[in-house]
Amino acid sequence: MAKVFIYPTTSLILSDLVARFGHQPLSAALQIREKIQTPGLESPPLQITPEDPKKGLKYAAVEVPSGVRGRMSLYGPMIEEAQAAVIIHDADFSFGCMGCARTNELIQFLLRKREIPILDLRYPRTDEEGIEFVAAIRKFLQEIPGDGS
Amino acid sequence: MSRVRIAQLSCGPEYSGVQNEIAKAAQSVDAEVFFPDITLKDIRSGFDLFGLDVRSPDLKLAIARARALVEGTIEADAVFIATCFRCAEAAIVRNELRRYIHENSRLPVVSYSFTERTTAGTLLTRMEALTTIARRRALLAREVQEGLTLGVDSGSSTTKAIVMQDDQIIGTGWLPTTGVLKSAEDVIDLALNEAGVAREQIQAVGTTGYGRFLVGEKIGADLIQEELTVNSKGAVYLADSQRGSSTVIDIGGMDNKAISVQDGIPGTFTMGGICAGASGRFLEMTAKRLGVDITELGPLAMKGMSTMVPMNSYCIVFGTQSLVNALAAGSSPEDVAAAACHSVAEQVFEQQLQEVDIKEPVIMVGGTSLIQGLVRAMGDLLQTEIVVPPHSQYIGAVGSALLSSGFIKDR
Repeated sequence: MAKVFIYPTTSLILSDLVARFGHQPLSAALQIREKIQTPGLESPPLQITPEDPKKGLKYAAVEVPSGVRGRMSLYGPMIEEAQAAVIIHDADFSFGCMGCARTNELIQFLLRKREIPILDLRYPRTDEEGIEFVAAIRKFLQEIPGDGS
Repeated sequence: MSRVRIAQLSCGPEYSGVQNEIAKAAQSVDAEVFFPDITLKDIRSGFDLFGLDVRSPDLKLAIARARALVEGTIEADAVFIATCFRCAEAAIVRNELRRYIHENSRLPVVSYSFTERTTAGTLLTRMEALTTIARRRALLAREVQEGLTLGVDSGSSTTKAIVMQDDQIIGTGWLPTTGVLKSAEDVIDLALNEAGVAREQIQAVGTTGYGRFLVGEKIGADLIQEELTVNSKGAVYLADSQRGSSTVIDIGGMDNKAISVQDGIPGTFTMGGICAGASGRFLEMTAKRLGVDITELGPLAMKGMSTMVPMNSYCIVFGTQSLVNALAAGSSPEDVAAAACHSVAEQVFEQQLQEVDIKEPVIMVGGTSLIQGLVRAMGDLLQTEIVVPPHSQYIGAVGSALLSSGFIKDR
């Protein structure tokens, strides 16, 4: 089983696909769930405190906007952990969406720097493309070292 | 109106850990922030129709929400636009949305760029102004002072008091702020003495400025109000520009305010946000270093040429360093004074005035409006004749005295 970073990290469909093929998806739901379950923090909706953008300094300098650094405090550790990644470009909002374009650029750059297997796919717009889309993800996940089935 | 509903259009506050601070600031003025509820379809169409092709989905969402507010499909009393400090993409959206809402609706709107250090305290005055505009339109519509009223402005540098009777200023008091309550008591005594009236005769009292709550509670004020609405009201009143558009600029000791006013009511405004190199405090330090009283700095600057001395630091320490270097290199005090005025005006122009729509007349108020060199520099930058009304240094106190007369019949 490999740890697979998914992009958009909020995509439940992608997360489910990765899990179905026997790998561990690294998704926002995981990180956010952990945050919400942390007792004593009240900052809605993600329970991020002003300390989190400071943790994000590991991935982006202080001159980078706090929203980017706050996001990186969640996604940065996931990128470090990732053994593979599936990146969907131009995804529909309903498929999964990440709010900040600058964070998204940084996430993709840091993933590529890791030199791990990465699958880049365009979001499908037709049924045929949809079938090819799922097939391509399945093939990629099966070829990742680990016990994908 | 009970609880004011402020629609939040934003990108990044929850990830910066400041969403709670925004909510707290709103709660402290009996308001609530909410996120306009729209569908995915609305996001696509709202964003496409607006025509600004941004990349960040949260900014697309903010655009779609702004359209829903302007079109009236979502109801709100005011709008708060907040995006990350230092994000160029967000700055463009913030600016365009503020302008779009201001031009196409009657909703008061304020925009703010935050960092993770932004606190509820920083946002309080802005939220208070937003809720005042939403809640007290009738009060802000007042154009004539009636009866015998007192206004007190407890500012960060100076404390001012004004006594007004039947639409005339009859007493003034002005002192540097030392103890907040002591300074307020002293300026009230000065104003009452000049007016020749006793405290008991005063029919209504209003307070504004940083010390407004403390002073207001102590002296039993009828109106305790932030300086954004009070100053803009006082400015258009004194400049006899209560109808139509105007722009009010107040370069204060601790922060600066730029307010776009329509019919005496603020539409958009910015406050503070830059360093002390662009504040009245820097001009005080300049006067001190030049060995002149602050009242002499303006006339001195009028005799100088700002272009002769390089000076444009945001930081008061580095600004003073430029000043010392210029004097050591043989620059004249006149040129240095002019450069200091230009430096402050230029930074307010670059950092703050870009966030409000400048409409004539441009009215400068507050103590710094008496520094002619600063007014000239601002006029040069804005390419307009700046209006400095009489009693401009008492602006908050005048606004308070004017607005508090709306409370006379309540007593």
